[in-house]
Amino acid sequence: MELRPIVSALMRNKAGLILIVVQVAITLAVLCNSLFIVIERSQRVGRESGMNEADTFSIDSMGFAAGYDVRDSRATDLANLAAMPGVIAVTTTNTTPLSNGGWSSVVGLQPGGDFDTREGGQPTAFYMVDENGVDAFGVRLLEGRDFRADEIVDFDQNTGLLADVVIVTSALAKSLFPDESIVGKQIYGVAADNRPVTVIGVIERMQMPWVGATNIEQSTLVPARLNEAGFSRYLIRTEPGERDRLMPQVEKLLQDSNSGRLVRRLRSLEETRDMAYRQDRAMMSILGGTMLAMMLITGLGIVGLTSFWVNRRMKQIGTRRALGARRFNIRRYFQTENGVMIGFGVMVGALLTYGFNAWLMQNFNTPRLPWYYLPVGALAMIVLGQLAVLGPSLRAATVPPALATRTA
Amino acid sequence: MIRYYFWLAARSLRRNPVLTVLMIAAIALGIGAAMTSLTVLRAMSGNPMAHRDDRVYRPQLDNWAATRGFDEQGNPPNLMTYQDSMALYRAGKARRQAAMFPQVFPVEPANPEVRPFQASVLMTHGDFFPMFDVPFLHGGGWNRQSDDNNARVAVISRDMNDRLFGGEDSVGRRLRMDGEDYTISGVLDSWNPQPRFYELSSGAFGDIEDIFVPFGIGIEKELNSSANNNCFADPGNGYAAWLASDCTWMAFWVELDGAGEAAQYKDFMDAYVQEQKARGRFARPLNNQLDTVSQWLERRQVVSRDSQTQTWLAFAFLAVCLINTVGLLLAKFMARAPEIGLRRAVGASRRQVFAQFLTESAMVGVAGAAIGLLLTWLGLLGLRGLYGDSAMGRMAELDAGMAGIVVVSAIVASLLAGLFPTWRACQVTPALQLKSN
Repeated sequence: MELRPIVSALMRNKAGLILIVVQVAITLAVLCNSLFIVIERSQRVGRESGMNEADTFSIDSMGFAAGYDVRDSRATDLANLAAMPGVIAVTTTNTTPLSNGGWSSVVGLQPGGDFDTREGGQPTAFYMVDENGVDAFGVRLLEGRDFRADEIVDFDQNTGLLADVVIVTSALAKSLFPDESIVGKQIYGVAADNRPVTVIGVIERMQMPWVGATNIEQSTLVPARLNEAGFSRYLIRTEPGERDRLMPQVEKLLQDSNSGRLVRRLRSLEETRDMAYRQDRAMMSILGGTMLAMMLITGLGIVGLTSFWVNRRMKQIGTRRALGARRFNIRRYFQTENGVMIGFGVMVGALLTYGFNAWLMQNFNTPRLPWYYLPVGALAMIVLGQLAVLGPSLRAATVPPALATRTA
Repeated sequence: MIRYYFWLAARSLRRNPVLTVLMIAAIALGIGAAMTSLTVLRAMSGNPMAHRDDRVYRPQLDNWAATRGFDEQGNPPNLMTYQDSMALYRAGKARRQAAMFPQVFPVEPANPEVRPFQASVLMTHGDFFPMFDVPFLHGGGWNRQSDDNNARVAVISRDMNDRLFGGEDSVGRRLRMDGEDYTISGVLDSWNPQPRFYELSSGAFGDIEDIFVPFGIGIEKELNSSANNNCFADPGNGYAAWLASDCTWMAFWVELDGAGEAAQYKDFMDAYVQEQKARGRFARPLNNQLDTVSQWLERRQVVSRDSQTQTWLAFAFLAVCLINTVGLLLAKFMARAPEIGLRRAVGASRRQVFAQFLTESAMVGVAGAAIGLLLTWLGLLGLRGLYGDSAMGRMAELDAGMAGIVVVSAIVASLLAGLFPTWRACQVTPALQLKSN
């Protein structure tokens, strides 16, 4: 099949050609960049927090009444909650993964005031938990041991945090001690007054509370309870399937056991996850929908345009058939023509794709589009074009040679 | 004649219903997508202080670590330290000045029917209200003396007044919170600046606080911010150390009369930092900023990136839809070249052919635009469903101004789509068409 007659025929219909080329080019640019964003977001959303999310929930208590004692109240609550049938473990905590709120700092191997001048300093998030923390979060202890009850320290702003031991995630352990075990080593930046703490254990994985954090898996469990403003938060892990039954019971128990406080923010970890990634999921749906709609519109547009062109060339097709062209040749003609147009569109589209990606990189610090998106996108456009031209070209192939002999 | 054109157009559109539906659907989808995303973008890009943009200023001082800037763009920290806020406040070099930070208080309503609940509170100075032109339903804010004495006075939002006092004028009544009695000095009228420019760190598109109390009460109660407390070095133990630290946690705003006073104030800020440098603070090069509200919103990039990306993509989609319709109309009109030739030959002027075909494309355009409006409304509904109570969900609301923009751009877009094919139809040479037949 000769390309030249096809191209020169196309050149005689410049308006139609340009319209299809521009349409294909824009569709390709949107397709590649959207797909890139969707895949990036789905990877982000798919990351594991490392804790047990299916059977856990958290609840806040905020005492306000005169004489409310946060320590007494907490001890009572913890005993009551642990005694509930169906509860496996309960701990106090300052925050949870996926909650987007918490306390972070820089830990390192040397004492020092400025966070970023700490030698070998690594950013980390602190989870202040008690001796049931590892169990309640459902994280796996890889090395070392869990906290003992006598290691849990009470603290407030005036005393500062004076813990002696910590448990870190394997990600933080590797960053601080790439070549040897961290268990038994001392690190700085956790306890107040530049005091060192000893790492007693390593857990497999636990994300920081902020889903957008870099080094998100560098978390630290600190055996501490903050005594301030009557606030406590509990994390409760239940037996599988018992969570939804226990949640309202726990809320009622806390509310009824002490009227001098507000019981708030009863939230399963699954809800917390949904909230944390809601925007990403929305973006994925919106971009996915846009991509599909755009491909559909472009495809249907090609069907429509090619149908018109087939109609206009009925006589020409008849003549060619009369001169010996086979049905296959006619079909081939329209398919090749379509391929050429899409090819032009892909060339222009490549420029647009990288232009849009460059704009995203410059304005939003998005990464560069990996090279393989473009060929994949181009292939998708070519397949789309061939699918769209299938119907009209089959119809063209059925034009009888006799048509050439008729007028109009 | 016009009726005749309408009749012709309707006939032509009916002759090829699938194509007509495709063209209308393309325009409608394109308009719907573009306008939905533009609505959110426009709402996020608003400046609620536009009428006072030459009076309200946000000073920022760069007290961050010697070795590292606050962010990659080289901005000063987004908040200010206690000591610097207080130094600027006490200097009183501006017409009005207010520091602020958010916290939460438990509220114990006098009405035993209403259970105790947690309210969001803004600790701020009395100048907050006149500086931001905050509307009052009843009463007003508090004076400098109340600020100096940490008087237990409170301004409550309209919603809070409805909840606590059933919407009555509650000025002078008692409000018990965090274990103390406050006297209500004022009730705000409906006020919901979006973005909530004055305190972005607890969310740029949240509701205003429920309750406002004098700034010093928060310090007296030894509180920090419930939103954002940022340190580059260990502040040390105890509240006194916290207040003396270089940790940033409060917003500070001033009112100045135009650029002239702003320049003077900037000089004052620079002089203050130089003086602090002499005392060993402010290790970084001089990097103070004095932003108007619009500059501040720009600097903090309150417009969501996703919203901007979506708007670009939606407009690309609209372009594809319009080009699609242009192509189909063009092909359709050109297929009727013999008819045009005939009409021209029997005496129709170009203008008349133009009118005839423009009628047809306008019918497609108007139908597409109308359905596009409906799709915009549905799209916003969908966005609220997807985003829920987060910023973009809250901003997915059509106001009157935006509705106008949607109508006008829908009509303009669809006319644009029809114009080129119509023009091409007029170019048909009668003789050529008649000959070939």
